[in-house]
Amino acid sequence: MGEDTPLELPFLYLDTLWLQVTGTVCNIACLHCFITCGPKNHTHTMMSTSSVEEALDTGVSEGMRHVWFTGGEPFLHPDILQLIDMALDRGALGILTNGMLIDDALAAQLGERFRTAKYNFEIRVSLDGATLEENDNVRGRGVFDKACEGIRLLAAHGLEPILAVTTLDDSQVTQERFAALLRSLGVTRPRVKWIPPFRIGREERRGRGYEAWETLTAHDLKEPEAALKLQCGTSRTVTSQGVFPCPILINEPGRLMGGTLADTLDSNRVDHQACHTCWVEGFSCST
Amino acid sequence: MQHVIDPTPYKKVALFGGTYNNWSALEHTVADALRRGAEAIWFLGDAGGFGPLPNRTVDLLRSLPVRSIQGNYDDSVGNSKEDCACGYTDPRDNHFAQISYDYTLANTSTDHRTWLAALPAQARIQVGAHRVLLCHGSPRQVNEFLWESTTPLGFVEWLCKTEKTDLIACTHTGIHWERRLEDGRGIINVGAIGRPANDGTQNVWYAMLEDAGDRVRSTFIPVAYDVTQMSDDMRREGLPEEFIETLNTGWWTTCLEVLPGRERMRGQH
Repeated sequence: MGEDTPLELPFLYLDTLWLQVTGTVCNIACLHCFITCGPKNHTHTMMSTSSVEEALDTGVSEGMRHVWFTGGEPFLHPDILQLIDMALDRGALGILTNGMLIDDALAAQLGERFRTAKYNFEIRVSLDGATLEENDNVRGRGVFDKACEGIRLLAAHGLEPILAVTTLDDSQVTQERFAALLRSLGVTRPRVKWIPPFRIGREERRGRGYEAWETLTAHDLKEPEAALKLQCGTSRTVTSQGVFPCPILINEPGRLMGGTLADTLDSNRVDHQACHTCWVEGFSCST
Repeated sequence: MQHVIDPTPYKKVALFGGTYNNWSALEHTVADALRRGAEAIWFLGDAGGFGPLPNRTVDLLRSLPVRSIQGNYDDSVGNSKEDCACGYTDPRDNHFAQISYDYTLANTSTDHRTWLAALPAQARIQVGAHRVLLCHGSPRQVNEFLWESTTPLGFVEWLCKTEKTDLIACTHTGIHWERRLEDGRGIINVGAIGRPANDGTQNVWYAMLEDAGDRVRSTFIPVAYDVTQMSDDMRREGLPEEFIETLNTGWWTTCLEVLPGRERMRGQH
C-alpha cells in the first residue's frame, strides 16, 4: 500500500449506532463545538421518530450492542422519552447532553428507566471546567449552574451521570477536581470521560486548525487491529441527512456515506485530519 | 490461531474463567466440579493478574484435568508483551492493571509462558446435541467486555447466527450472567474464579452446563476457598492492599471504570 493509496478502513461489524436525534440544533453554542451546533443551526434537522426507529431496527438486525443519542441537545427533541424507550428496548443506550434541560420531573423519568430498562442506560453530561468561570468561558454564560443542577437531579434520582470533559487546558483537567465537583453534586461513583479537542468547526477558530502533518498514513493502517482502534471500524452515525462514519464528521464535505444504514456497512475513508486525533489519542466517542 | 474442536457429546461440562493467580480458588473449583460429576472442565483464559505466585496457578492448570483456551492476559504474558491488553481506558484502572501485569510477567516461568502462548484461542464443544463455542471475551475480540446490561437479545441472535453455534460461553468481565433467546440459544458469561463478583461476598463463581434435551441447562455455582491464605500470600508478595480488600469484602476496588452504570451501581465503589 503506497502513501498515495486512498486511506480506507475496513468495516468489521456494527457495535455502536450513533443517532444525531436533534441534528445540529442546540440550546447553546459552545466555542469548541466541532460541528458548530447552536439554536439557529439547522444543517442537520431533528430526526423523525420513524427514521430513528428504522435505524434502530437495522441496528438490531446487524447485531448492534450500543446506541448513543447526540445532537445538538437531545433533550430538545419533543419525543425524546419515546425515542429513549425505543432504543432501550433494543440495546444499551447512552445520551450526550449539556444537562441544562433536565428538571426534577424529567430526572425522575430517566432514573426510573435506568432502574427498570432491560439494558444499560447512561447519561453523559458535558462540562469543560470544574468551576463556573472555566466552564462558562467555553460553553456560555449560565451553563455551569444549569448543568450542575441537571447532574444533581439525575444523581438524586439514582442515575449517576458520566461527566464529559474536553481537554482544552491540561492544567485544569485533573480527575480529582472533576470528581470532587461530582461528589459535591451527590454523585457517589464519579466517572469522567475525557475528550480531545477536534480542530474543526468552531474549535478551529477558538483554538487552532490542524497542521499539515496531522494526518493518518497508509503505514498506520497496517497495524493489525486498526479497525478496532478507530471507532468507525465498528460504528456508524445517522442524521436526518443520511449516514456518516462518525459524529465528528457530519459537516465535512464528502463524508456522507449513503441514505440508509444498511447501505453503509462497508469500508470508509479515514483521510480526514480529525481521524488523526482519534488515532493518536486512542479515542472513541463511546465510553 | 488454533481453534479446538471436540465433538464428544458431553452430558455435563464445567466452565470457569479468570483464575487471576488465585490458586486456592482453582483447587476448590476443580474439586467441586469433579464432585458434581463434570465430564469435562474448561478454563476460558486469563490465568494471571491480581493475585500472587503465578507459577502455582499455571502448575495446577497444567496438572489438573482441565483444558484451557487463551485469554488476553495469557497472550500478553506468553509473548512478553508490554501490558495485559485488558481493554481498560481509565488511567487509574490502567495503573493497577500494570502493577498486576508487571508482577505476573516477572514471576511466570519461561516454560509456563511458552505454554500460555500456545493455548488455543477458542474451542467448539458439544453438550448433548447442542453446539457450544468457548471463547475469552467474545468470539470476535479477545478483550471485548460482554456485560449483561450491554448484551441485548438482538446481538445474542446475531452472534449465535454469525458463529453458527447454539451457545457462546465467555468470561473476561469477571461477573457471571446469561441471556437466552426463547429457543434456548444464548450467551453465558461464566464469570471468574480469581476474585469475587463485586457482590459483597467472598465467593467466586463458575458455571455448569448440562444437556437438558431441547436445550442446555446452566447453573452458576459459588465456590468458597481459603481467602486468608490468599491474602497472606498477596501481602508477602507486596501486592496492593486494594486487591486484598476486594478478596475480603467481595467488592471491587479497582478496574471499575469499564463497568456499565447498571453494574457499577450494584457495587460498593
